[in-house]
Amino acid sequence: MNYKLSHLQELEAESIHIIREVAAEFENPVMLYSIGKDSSVMVRLAEKAFAPGKVPFPLMHIDSKWKFREMIEFRDNYAREHGWRLIVESNMEAFQAGVGPFTHGSKVHTDLMKTKALLDALNKYKFDAAFGGARRDEEKSRAKERIFSFRDQFNQWDPKNQRPELWDIYNSRVHKGESIRVFPLSNWTELDIWQYIRLENIPIVPLYFAKERPCVEIDGNLIMADDDRLPKEYVPQIQNRMVRFRTLGCWPLTGAVESTAATIEDIVQEMMTTTKSERTTRVIDFDQEASMEQKKREGYF
Amino acid sequence: MTNNIHEFLDADERKSLLRLLTAGSVDDGKSTLIGRLLFDSKKLYEDQLQALERDSKRIGNAGAGQIDYALLLDGLKAEREEGITIDVAYRYFSTNLRKFIIADTPGHEQYTRNMITGGSTANLAIILVDARTGIITQTRRHTFLVSLLGIKHIVLAVNKMDLVDFSRDVFEHIRDEYLALTSRLGIEDVTCFPLSALEGDNVVEKSERTPWFEGSSLLEFIETVPIHLDRNMQDFRFPVQYVLRPNLDFRGFCGKVASGIIRKGDEIMALPSRKTSRVKSIVTYDGELQEAFCPQCITITLEDEIDISRGEMLVKPDNLPCIGRHIQTKLVWMDEEPMDRSKQFFLKAGTNTTRATISAIDYRFDVNTMEQLPGADFQLNEIGQVQITTAKTLFFDAYSRNKATGAFILIDPITNNTSAVGMIEKALKEEGIHEAELPTLDLPRLGITSEHYNAIETAVRELSRQGLEIKVIQ
Repeated sequence: MNYKLSHLQELEAESIHIIREVAAEFENPVMLYSIGKDSSVMVRLAEKAFAPGKVPFPLMHIDSKWKFREMIEFRDNYAREHGWRLIVESNMEAFQAGVGPFTHGSKVHTDLMKTKALLDALNKYKFDAAFGGARRDEEKSRAKERIFSFRDQFNQWDPKNQRPELWDIYNSRVHKGESIRVFPLSNWTELDIWQYIRLENIPIVPLYFAKERPCVEIDGNLIMADDDRLPKEYVPQIQNRMVRFRTLGCWPLTGAVESTAATIEDIVQEMMTTTKSERTTRVIDFDQEASMEQKKREGYF
Repeated sequence: MTNNIHEFLDADERKSLLRLLTAGSVDDGKSTLIGRLLFDSKKLYEDQLQALERDSKRIGNAGAGQIDYALLLDGLKAEREEGITIDVAYRYFSTNLRKFIIADTPGHEQYTRNMITGGSTANLAIILVDARTGIITQTRRHTFLVSLLGIKHIVLAVNKMDLVDFSRDVFEHIRDEYLALTSRLGIEDVTCFPLSALEGDNVVEKSERTPWFEGSSLLEFIETVPIHLDRNMQDFRFPVQYVLRPNLDFRGFCGKVASGIIRKGDEIMALPSRKTSRVKSIVTYDGELQEAFCPQCITITLEDEIDISRGEMLVKPDNLPCIGRHIQTKLVWMDEEPMDRSKQFFLKAGTNTTRATISAIDYRFDVNTMEQLPGADFQLNEIGQVQITTAKTLFFDAYSRNKATGAFILIDPITNNTSAVGMIEKALKEEGIHEAELPTLDLPRLGITSEHYNAIETAVRELSRQGLEIKVIQ
């Protein structure tokens, strides 16, 4: 035995240590579940951390009411089959008022259906720690965030006033009302995630794999018509295209890419030879300069 | 083609991971060097580049038509406006041999705490100097911090060689001066490179403009430098992180192997109770293991029922850590609020959290000259040696021997800020124990002859290190 770990084994160990640390030190943690590939890996790491026991915290999905239908189906099946306690929360007030990306634009939709829904849910259950599946390699402002990211009582992140974080010793002390966002996948890259999904046979939403899907081009993005809320003027333009999704979110805000990648290996090959990083298919990042940083300050991940 | 990607992934999954720290200022071309490593290892995606070109036109500092690599790296809006990297930013890239995590930290003295933060997990540090100015105060400070953190491998990147006509004399002069400095600090593995980050010389490919340089390129070096031997594989330490009790028949102790190796059947001792048992099984989600080593995360079950909770430690009975409540330690002050010795801090070491007070200040360092200054309450970024007394017993090793069990953080009880971080030097003997009350070994009376005195002295020193003082009469 040569007593060496591969980078994936090392990342796995780092993440499991982080997840156990939260379970041990917080009274009421929750794992935020976006149903995406990163969430799928994070959920598996939590299952690993407490095997053969059950994970001692619930999953929570913030449902913007505009997610792909396949995501919701996958979410419910996965939680049921793997014995997770699943919490689903939405901003019903805004939903009933008719808020959506087509009518209100991506900024208002995200503010109300994602950020506000999340903050309301965190307050409702009084969670003192919330796991998120964000990675530092995704986006510039995330590259500077701690693994244990302190949030004040308004859930705000202050990038200029972060707690020093050394070795694997995490400061989990908070006052009442304050909380910590925890990012166990901080040091994983997109390729690491795919490799791990392949190695561990982790189930993911089929939308990641290429298939003929009804799509329409809106502002340069290939949008899949997932339900009948697509505005009427686009309906005649719907065409079946061979596409897949590199990220998953609200269907009107998530662009598909033309692809024939039907397996994990195909996806990795496509990723290694493609020239666009994954967030370009997310419409919300382009709202304003440094928009992700702004959203993070306000409490969005 | 499909076969190729399978092979590629199979090989890629076995790559090792190297964490590296870069230290230097904007003026040294640090961001340019990192940008170059990322860019030239083809890890930069096209749209990131497009965004960069767009930003460059507006606020870039580089000359017209040149890509400003630094902009690619400076993440936060406020920092971009100030034109300086303030916090620690993490970058990721990968080659055919390794995955890399870069902790990119700012150089100025007011950012010492950022560098300490970024360097705590690093296997290797790259310290940049400008070939035109050579070793400066900042270089000495960075090197001192790197030695304090116990980073085993140092690279001195002598950058901007293009501005000194790739002069061998300039490079060798800087190199010799630097090696003199590092040998004083006891750093063993130091490698120096003549570079031009801007033009790419010796960064990824060996440069034709330095035919006199016999080393490899910087990238080749960091791809191959052996790091797996840097971990402590001798001393088994297992800080219990979480107790798992899914049913009445299973009681497992979850944790990360901080150092050393553990095998099924090994005898273990729980601290502080000193009760012993044997490892019944090493459990993971992927099945039971015959043995586990650092830094694996595992769950241990024992043959006997011993009451063990989080914060306690499993070790081997013939290899104990230091056990005690009084430590001598290096301390770095990380808080805007200066040290207040009347405060009771929370000290967190591994999974063990306890109340602690700073009982004495031995000295502070002048971080630029490494001279010792008289003790006074530490201000932000000050470093020195202090004595700390804890309420609960600590289980630890000297940081120089075992980073994983020799480090701790101090948390302010009011603000909850991480106020300071420490690297333990040694155990101090219990206060208030008068020498006359110490257990005594009277060697002549015990009939032990003088040829054994040296061995006994060694054993007594070791016990003292572990917090047990014994008086010896020869």
